[in-house]
Amino acid sequence: MIEQVLSALLAVVAAIGASVTYFYGSNWLLDRLVTDRRTADGTYVSRQKTRDAVRPWLFLAPALLVLGVYLVYPVVETLRLSFFGKSGDGFVGLANWTWAVGNDGVRTAVRNNVVWLLVVPSLSTVFGLLVATLADRVAWGNVAKSLVFMPMAISFVGASVIWKFVYDYRGAGSEQIGILNALVVALGGEPQAWITVEPWNNFLLMVILVWIQTGFAMVILSAALRGVPEETIEAARIDGASDVAVFFRIIIPQIFSTILVVWTTITIVVLKIFDIVAAMTNGQWGTEVLANAMYNWMFRGGGHFGRGSVIALMIMIAVIPIMAYNIRRFREEEARR
Amino acid sequence: MNRRVLGLPLTWGKLLVHLGLAAIVIVWTVPTLGLFVSSLRDKDQLITSGWWTALTASEQTAAGRLLGRDAEATDDGRFVLRGDLLEAENRRIVAFGLDQTDLRAHAPGDAVELGGLTFTLFEDGTYEATSPTPIAEDYRERVFYVEAIPPTFTLANYREVLRSEGIDRAFINTFTVTIPATVIPILIAAFAAYAFAWMKFPGRQLFFAIVVGLLVVPLQMSLIPLLRMYNDIGAAFGVPSKTYLGIWLAHTAFGLPLAVYLLRNYIGGLPRDIIESAQLDGASHFDVFTRLVLPLSVPALASFAIFQFLWVWNDLLVALVFLGKGEDQIVLTSKLREMLGSRGDNWEILTSSAFVSILVPLMVFFALQRYFVRGLLAGSVKGG
Repeated sequence: MIEQVLSALLAVVAAIGASVTYFYGSNWLLDRLVTDRRTADGTYVSRQKTRDAVRPWLFLAPALLVLGVYLVYPVVETLRLSFFGKSGDGFVGLANWTWAVGNDGVRTAVRNNVVWLLVVPSLSTVFGLLVATLADRVAWGNVAKSLVFMPMAISFVGASVIWKFVYDYRGAGSEQIGILNALVVALGGEPQAWITVEPWNNFLLMVILVWIQTGFAMVILSAALRGVPEETIEAARIDGASDVAVFFRIIIPQIFSTILVVWTTITIVVLKIFDIVAAMTNGQWGTEVLANAMYNWMFRGGGHFGRGSVIALMIMIAVIPIMAYNIRRFREEEARR
Repeated sequence: MNRRVLGLPLTWGKLLVHLGLAAIVIVWTVPTLGLFVSSLRDKDQLITSGWWTALTASEQTAAGRLLGRDAEATDDGRFVLRGDLLEAENRRIVAFGLDQTDLRAHAPGDAVELGGLTFTLFEDGTYEATSPTPIAEDYRERVFYVEAIPPTFTLANYREVLRSEGIDRAFINTFTVTIPATVIPILIAAFAAYAFAWMKFPGRQLFFAIVVGLLVVPLQMSLIPLLRMYNDIGAAFGVPSKTYLGIWLAHTAFGLPLAVYLLRNYIGGLPRDIIESAQLDGASHFDVFTRLVLPLSVPALASFAIFQFLWVWNDLLVALVFLGKGEDQIVLTSKLREMLGSRGDNWEILTSSAFVSILVPLMVFFALQRYFVRGLLAGSVKGG
């Protein structure tokens, strides 16, 4: 045990040391190698320009290198692999794509992903907005916010354990230890093995992600709500607008772009959702989603690179509109700077 | 704050706000609370009664045998067997019966006929069986009873998962993954963010647009090519393909677009004067960055550090693909998921393991919440 702690510490120090050494070393080298000097006839030659041209690339090199190897190259490679066979060799054309279109498992995954995309971002945003609005009006608002935000810190797997316990099922007649079934029994119902009940089990898995993401939505929206100028609200009130009208006609339009940001961000999380399904059902009982299907085809029984790549690309294709939207937003922001 | 709420009179509206918010907070807190309470309960109680009953005494059925004939004593001319069915001091008898189908036939203190003896079981678990004549046969009669167990909390579950389930190793492995995977991307991103914000070079806009674009590349895309690349490198150099270095670099890359984006927003917002005046004094970009910009950026660096720390700590997918599942490499999330599969019914192990795994992020979260929120806002509300 102690040995492992020591080697872990050593690894940590070495890794961080290497990064620090690179930045200091390369800049030091640049200053040493490209110095100002006097030529034979005594004129002073400043090489400041050369240094200024090289230095940005020293700053950027690690980032660009890592991003290139770990994100750009894989996108290209995945695209290539999607046209190849099981172990990545042997060109098969569009065979993997036609397989994906016709495969029932993939269809279920696509269908479920669409439902996830409809349910989770909307519920998280609505709850987030609700908590942000309510918490600003009570003295204990900050405590409430902290508690709602807390699940953000919990891993999806940890959250899965927590909720699996909530959904736990014991046969009718014995005492329920899962709180959901206990409530159902207390209200006179029959206990259910919730996570096997199609199609409702999908929604029970979505509840977990909503539970995690609401805190995120709340924090962002709460900041946006504070940014709404008090004068516009007062003016509307003086004109006789009701609270509901103020909320929907004044406040919502003013924070609309933030709502979109929250929505987008949660949508991206949902598209990549893997952990919850992997830990709760592993895609059984009709709960498969694309990311888990991909993992199964890649690394578990499936072991098919081509098919796994196609599913990964399907996720990518779904993300492209969001990516385009983000880049456009960045451009607009740049223009405003 | 004396607004009317949703058109209702002030008091009713206020009440609704309080109740509504309380309801949400309860739903959001109770699941975690349940996990925490359960992880501290005795494992037999945990699986027989709901955690919300943890503070009330729970009842449990059990059976015991009377002592044999050789424990016989005489008392006032009678022949007596005395003993204690409950060994624990704080438990008590609620009811007893002579037959497994009717555990609640008699109340403690009742005298009943049992194998020719007059048997009385008292509330504290002691019993007395008397007979006017010497006890003839060694029956060692069985008695069934319902005992009440007062609420007990224990750290035994934690001791067990830490000692024998390998959670302690997984805990250290997780730290080994998390710390470099938090520090390295910050360092790399800070340099890159500074370059994007304050240095002039061709292709600046284009490269930054690419970095922002990469924000939304699902990391699933990367797994197959990278795993193949790792395998090739491993095979070529005769080293294992699943290493800590491999996962640090992977997490670095996956966290980098967000880090560069957030940090550039912050560093780009620093006042131009101080940077230009430092340069007039002859400081190079490297000096400006390390001596001026880095110290000024501490809040932004801290917020991203928390973000990345939580992300790496909580990650499952990257660890599943790039790290082995042996004792020396498996991380907490991965271990926990394995347990969900293999020990799905051992709630005492699952609850305490899960709590160990969420303990560190929760501590980091509550201690540094303020910075974390600031980091989230830096990326999302700007221009919103």
